[in-house]
Amino acid sequence: MSATQAPPAPAAEPARPGPVRGVLAFLRNVWRQLTSMRTALILLFLLAVASLPGALLPQWSLNSAKTAQYIADYPTIGPWLDRLGFFEVFGSPWYSAIYLLLFISLVGCLTPRTWEFVGQLRARPVATPRNLSRLPHHDRREVPGSVEETADRVSAGLRGWRVVRRTEERSGPPRPGAGPEPIAVTISAEKGYLRELGNLVFHFSLVGLLVAIAVGRLVGYEGSVIVNVGSQFCSTSPASYDNFRPGLLVDGTDLTPFCLDVRTFTAGYTPAGQAISFAADVGSQTGAAAGGDAWADNLLQVNDPLRLAGERVYLIGHGFTPHFRVTFADGTVRDYEQPFAPEPNDPNFTSQGAVKILDPPGVTGDDVRKHQLAIVGIFAPTATLAHGGIMTSEYPSAQNPGVAVDVYRGDLGMESGRSQSVFAIDTNQVDKGALVKQARSNLMPGESITLDDGTAVTFTGYNEWVSLQTSYDPAQGWALVFAVTLLIGLMVSLVIKRRRVWFRLYPANPVTQPGPGDRTVVEVGGLARTDQAGYGEEFDRLATLADIASTKR
Amino acid sequence: MNQMWADISDLAFEAALAAYVVALVCYAIELASRRAVNPAEAVLAGRDAAAGTTTLVRTGPIDPGTIGRVERAPLAPWGVRFGRAAVVVTVVGAAANVLSIVARGLAVGRLPLANMYEFVSVICAAATITWLIVLARTGARTLGVFVMTPVVVLAVVAGTKLYVPAGPVVPALNSYWKWIHVTTVAISSSILLVSGAASALYLLRGGIERRRLAATGSAELAVDGSAAATTGTRSRSLLSVLPSMVTLDRIAYRTAIVGFPLFTFAVIAGAMWAEVAWGRYWGWDPKETCSFITWVFFAAYLHARSTAGWRGRRAAWICVLGWVSMIFNLFFINMVVSGLHSYAGLN
Repeated sequence: MSATQAPPAPAAEPARPGPVRGVLAFLRNVWRQLTSMRTALILLFLLAVASLPGALLPQWSLNSAKTAQYIADYPTIGPWLDRLGFFEVFGSPWYSAIYLLLFISLVGCLTPRTWEFVGQLRARPVATPRNLSRLPHHDRREVPGSVEETADRVSAGLRGWRVVRRTEERSGPPRPGAGPEPIAVTISAEKGYLRELGNLVFHFSLVGLLVAIAVGRLVGYEGSVIVNVGSQFCSTSPASYDNFRPGLLVDGTDLTPFCLDVRTFTAGYTPAGQAISFAADVGSQTGAAAGGDAWADNLLQVNDPLRLAGERVYLIGHGFTPHFRVTFADGTVRDYEQPFAPEPNDPNFTSQGAVKILDPPGVTGDDVRKHQLAIVGIFAPTATLAHGGIMTSEYPSAQNPGVAVDVYRGDLGMESGRSQSVFAIDTNQVDKGALVKQARSNLMPGESITLDDGTAVTFTGYNEWVSLQTSYDPAQGWALVFAVTLLIGLMVSLVIKRRRVWFRLYPANPVTQPGPGDRTVVEVGGLARTDQAGYGEEFDRLATLADIASTKR
Repeated sequence: MNQMWADISDLAFEAALAAYVVALVCYAIELASRRAVNPAEAVLAGRDAAAGTTTLVRTGPIDPGTIGRVERAPLAPWGVRFGRAAVVVTVVGAAANVLSIVARGLAVGRLPLANMYEFVSVICAAATITWLIVLARTGARTLGVFVMTPVVVLAVVAGTKLYVPAGPVVPALNSYWKWIHVTTVAISSSILLVSGAASALYLLRGGIERRRLAATGSAELAVDGSAAATTGTRSRSLLSVLPSMVTLDRIAYRTAIVGFPLFTFAVIAGAMWAEVAWGRYWGWDPKETCSFITWVFFAAYLHARSTAGWRGRRAAWICVLGWVSMIFNLFFINMVVSGLHSYAGLN
């Protein structure tokens, strides 16, 4: 885009332009404006400014809880910002408008430049200007030897340049009485064509990159799921995931199935409790093998995803799943295990969660909603009692696991139609008195609480869970290819410099016949077409090409 | 984990910090002495300096003949001496800073770029080294105070607020990508830091020159031109210490064309690491967004500089905006906005 010229002034319109012609003229002007460098720069600037809210305001796609909190905290402007798309900047219409205009402008600017560049590749270096001493760099010297010899020497020295040798009538006032005018030889040389090529590659790569990103957003998907260690997970439909973010063209009907068997998970910590390593031992099945008995062994680690056919599986997080055994009043014994969520910002994995028992045995009908149970509380992998008897964890691995739980009985409110977090109960039910706290206790493994109706809750142990994310983006390889060509194009366009140099050679003494004692006058002129810096020394070297010594290097 | 190297690293960092402070003071003294010291600028400022010396001699001691000649020979010797000392101390500081980084790496047995303290330390070292290279190329020593001020501020913040003892790294950072991504980010940021500083000074100098031009114009018109004359004198002394517009513009451009491709590479490497670590190569995380903004600004700068009507002030403004967004991205995004890059050791 860097060399766009200002649009030429529109030709004088006829006195009464017809409506069609008027519209065409209008469109042409709009197109010229849009593809001008000024517009492109303004759009670039707008793009940067429009991205700012994306960095400074919470975004729905990144952290919906924080975004909702932000809107609640600023009730006057929050909803307006939300309506205007400030919490979903990169999906908002105004953001799309800016980058689409920018890319239209880019393509509109690049296409003519490509043809221009092809033309330049074919064109010969321009003729030597009449007066070389007017150029920013110029030199004049006299060397022994004939014009032809010197010209050969100069041409040989211009390796890597595009060189054209021409003969011309010797410039200057015609001498009276002289015979045929002496002939001067000129050499026009130009280099740095690659600069424009790099420029074009850079900008076309940008377009390609945008297309690759767009394709990825359309047909890719991301799904995340929590899997207990020792369990299996099969990706067959969006419903297999706890959270599924499909691309615009993904309806979830044609996911490539694969299965994972999470066998072990190990986390390494320093004595101070800082994490060193996370690794899960995972069996995998893909394609036709999915659902069979054969498993491929994989080690899944942070920074080392599992790459299946097209899907990638990442180890995103981990946590603990406490196990409870509930002995109901009628003697039924059931085991429950439920992943608990680590508290944010607690490196020691104090975790919160809730076990919800929706179908207590021995009761039917409306009685069910009086006898539902919930075990709500904290799991601490290395339990310690802070002052006031509140259980927290003091180390991230399970050295002394314990739970601090409240047991509730009553109606969990699952029929209310409101969605509930799997990690917490609906506190409205507690406030309404529909759900009543029966007991509270700190339990170590094997210990239990007994409720007034004889129901006993025992903390029997724990295992760990891993949080996995599946990503599918078939276009990301293309994004990488375009990123690499973008970088190469950029470097070429910044490193290569466009230079022009001209030589005019003519005999120092035109009257005498050619012979061994000839001397040749060499005029040299140079022009840096981009980035003047550094051409001074290079030009001085070029000027010495005519010297005899220069060939003996 | 080696305690001896950790102690050496901490000592070396303190030495580097001390050296940076001393260097800054020396650069500032040279600047305050307000004499032309840059040979490239001598032509422009020579007339002013000569005028100043003459005035001094005239109001000086009894015998102007002999003393005048003696005092005239060294042109503001103290300023220049402090300036030279500043360069030496800067070299010492940079060496100590590099030693501190290497010792830290040896102490923890990994790349010392895992937390904000180590990162800022590397930024300081790289910015100082970039500055020394620019200095060797251009001799624009009076720029030193403007480069060393942010370096000293960063080093002080790193040494006090950001410091964390040497230790191992969290698993998320335990990847060879860290070598590629974080080092290139640090180096390219340092280079672009110099570019932005040069553009800021370009604007400063441009502003002074314009005001001076206006002042001279009004002084000729006004009956009482004393106010304009004072402004003129003050800005003249500032002008004499700043490199010329052409030099500043060239420094900004030449550092940008080195820093920008490197920064582009760093962002691409970051995207590749994100693909490995977070499951997507680009997710508009605050840090990613802000680096995109920085990239767009510097891209706009390079375009503006080669577009008629946008060269000079407008381009310099764009470069300064990119500079601001880069500094914001390097430090404040980690401290204020929470995102996936929050490894700062601040929370």
